[in-house]
Amino acid sequence: MKIEFNPSAVASATWREYAIRFLLGGLVTAGAGLIARKFGPVIGGLFMAFPAIFPAAATLIEEQDERAGSSTKSGEHRAQVDVGADAAGAAAGSIGLLAFAAIVWRILPTYSPSFTLVVATLGWFGLSFLGWILIDRFWR
Amino acid sequence: MRELLLRFIIGGCVVSSFATLGLLFKPKTFAGLFGAAPSVALATLGLSVSANGRVFAATEARSMMAGAVAFFAYVSMVTWLTGRENRNILAVTSSGILLWLSSAFGLWYIFLR
Repeated sequence: MKIEFNPSAVASATWREYAIRFLLGGLVTAGAGLIARKFGPVIGGLFMAFPAIFPAAATLIEEQDERAGSSTKSGEHRAQVDVGADAAGAAAGSIGLLAFAAIVWRILPTYSPSFTLVVATLGWFGLSFLGWILIDRFWR
Repeated sequence: MRELLLRFIIGGCVVSSFATLGLLFKPKTFAGLFGAAPSVALATLGLSVSANGRVFAATEARSMMAGAVAFFAYVSMVTWLTGRENRNILAVTSSGILLWLSSAFGLWYIFLR
């Protein structure tokens, strides 16, 4: 399937939606730091892949779909299909997330943090994209 | 306290930036990739290295692998229940957090303890 870039979609989200994402992102990041400080890096590291923002993001997709197509039964169904598609993409992204973590684990002790994060982010995107190609075929 | 505030601000910026990237793309399956971006890790690792050193941050990353596998289980369940079974979105995405917690700590118990 063709990938489309739509910058005007940024305007479709409200300030409340951006604020919720900022707040949850900040809370999870601060929380992961607190947990690592209290229980050590082995437990703290688990929360670096915590899906805290996902329930809020899914609810925001539902709200946007309702705004676009009213709160009818077909609007509800559209929201469920969209959240399902978003989660399927996130499943592909989680393969990349695993690669990101593995790259950081293996090369951070040897190389600089900035180099490590650039390589790991490229690894995340590359594997996520490959995963998306596979998932997109099954999704249609 | 200052470090926590810094984590909050950096984390909020990085997570919402990836969420905004997800808004810009179609189809929804591609946009979903950004929902699994390593946003918390990108916001945290630099601070973790400067505060505790590289070995500490690398150990966090090793555990993050278990968290990523649990994340895969979580989003797979959400895909199945919302996309195919038409269940309530908030109920599925919120209760799925229990699946993430049990998967992540199960993997920790088996491989990382």
